[in-house]
Amino acid sequence: MGLKLKALLKSPWVFHLSTGSCNNCDIEVLDCLTPRFDIERFGMLLKGSIRHADVLLVTGSCNRMSAERLKTLYEQVPKPCLVVAIGECSLSRGMFIHSYNCPVPLDHIIPVDVYIPGCPPKPEAVIAGVVKLIEKVGGKKGD
Amino acid sequence: MIEAYYLIALGFGATAALGLAASWIDRKVTARLQYRVGPPLLQPLTDLVKLMGKETTVPSTATRPVFFAAPLTGLSAVMVASAVVWAANANAQSGFVGDWIVLIYLLVMPSLAMIAAGFASGNPVASLGASREMKLVLSYELPFVLALLVPVILSGGSIRLGALVEFQRESGAVAGNLSGLLALLVVILVTQAKLALVPFDIPEAETELAEGPLIEYSGPLLGTFRLMRNMMLFLLPFVAVTLYWGGASLSGWGFLWAFLKVVALVAVTTVIRNTNPRVRIDQAMRFFWGPVTVLAAASVVLALVGA
Repeated sequence: MGLKLKALLKSPWVFHLSTGSCNNCDIEVLDCLTPRFDIERFGMLLKGSIRHADVLLVTGSCNRMSAERLKTLYEQVPKPCLVVAIGECSLSRGMFIHSYNCPVPLDHIIPVDVYIPGCPPKPEAVIAGVVKLIEKVGGKKGD
Repeated sequence: MIEAYYLIALGFGATAALGLAASWIDRKVTARLQYRVGPPLLQPLTDLVKLMGKETTVPSTATRPVFFAAPLTGLSAVMVASAVVWAANANAQSGFVGDWIVLIYLLVMPSLAMIAAGFASGNPVASLGASREMKLVLSYELPFVLALLVPVILSGGSIRLGALVEFQRESGAVAGNLSGLLALLVVILVTQAKLALVPFDIPEAETELAEGPLIEYSGPLLGTFRLMRNMMLFLLPFVAVTLYWGGASLSGWGFLWAFLKVVALVAVTTVIRNTNPRVRIDQAMRFFWGPVTVLAAASVVLALVGA
């Protein structure tokens, strides 16, 4: 594992994008920053600008309008960048699976590195997902 | 030769290391005030290494030469400014007449670099942040210069930093006088605005302007800006210690004592930023041109009558 990758995994800055979620996943993501969970221990910071981000957190069922914005944002992230899909909607479109407005799930639009299921996932689940992501990218033995 | 030593070893090396440490103290104190654990000691360094390894993206609407030059200008200005301050503390005989004036100019350069960066980004939000930064510079410079005049007046009109440090070693800290104490208070308030920390983080108000002038910066350029910010977080309290709090002796235990003084001022800055809400730009200008300028002018008058 090179120095670059090691530093990336020790300080993943997160950009949080809602592609039309009901806001529950977004609230659970923000919960991770509260004193109870405190993900700044692991160097994670929530960033306001996509240019500063290393991890793109996507919530919500990508509808026809937000899918275009999602692609633009993915092109704007300085690489290397990791994508995390949070919640049932971004994984499989959830209850919108038969909707005319949600043609494909998130991973048909941009490559996704880790999936965190739940409606909404608990903060513990979000943190467990991020740990799996770090293990996967860092090449450690894990599942 | 000795100038190169001051510039590279102290101005860049020591200031960068201590700046990253100051940034860690800032984040750790913030976390503790919020009953969190906070980041590990090497976190600021890790962030910097990570940013150096990322891709640099330049917006198609950006003015490329200014976009690239702004972070380097800011960083080199901080380097030279801290070299001047280190030199005055390390050897009171070094320096030149008028380095006090040079220091004032160099300390405004990082803000100018941020303004240039914002306007060169070709992003409306960044331009808005840059224009707010400009207004903030206009509002805090007058009280800052007035407050910096106090040690000069008390020491009998010397505008050499080394002489100001020597004066304090002989006859006690400037902040021991009433005028010096008021001036130190003004400098602490101005530090808050110069670093763009809450309550004066108006240029980069994260809830409305995302990151302000830095919104389009990524990778190594953003890393340079962050390093500049961290170095400023150390440099401004260091200037306050040098001019008001007896200077920093760099030999033996004096180094530890000087370090503790800087840490105390950094902690004060952090506590202010965690216990205040953000003000609007007009409120900030009224605050600096009103009460703070009056306070600074009062300290100058007190210094002139010798209090």
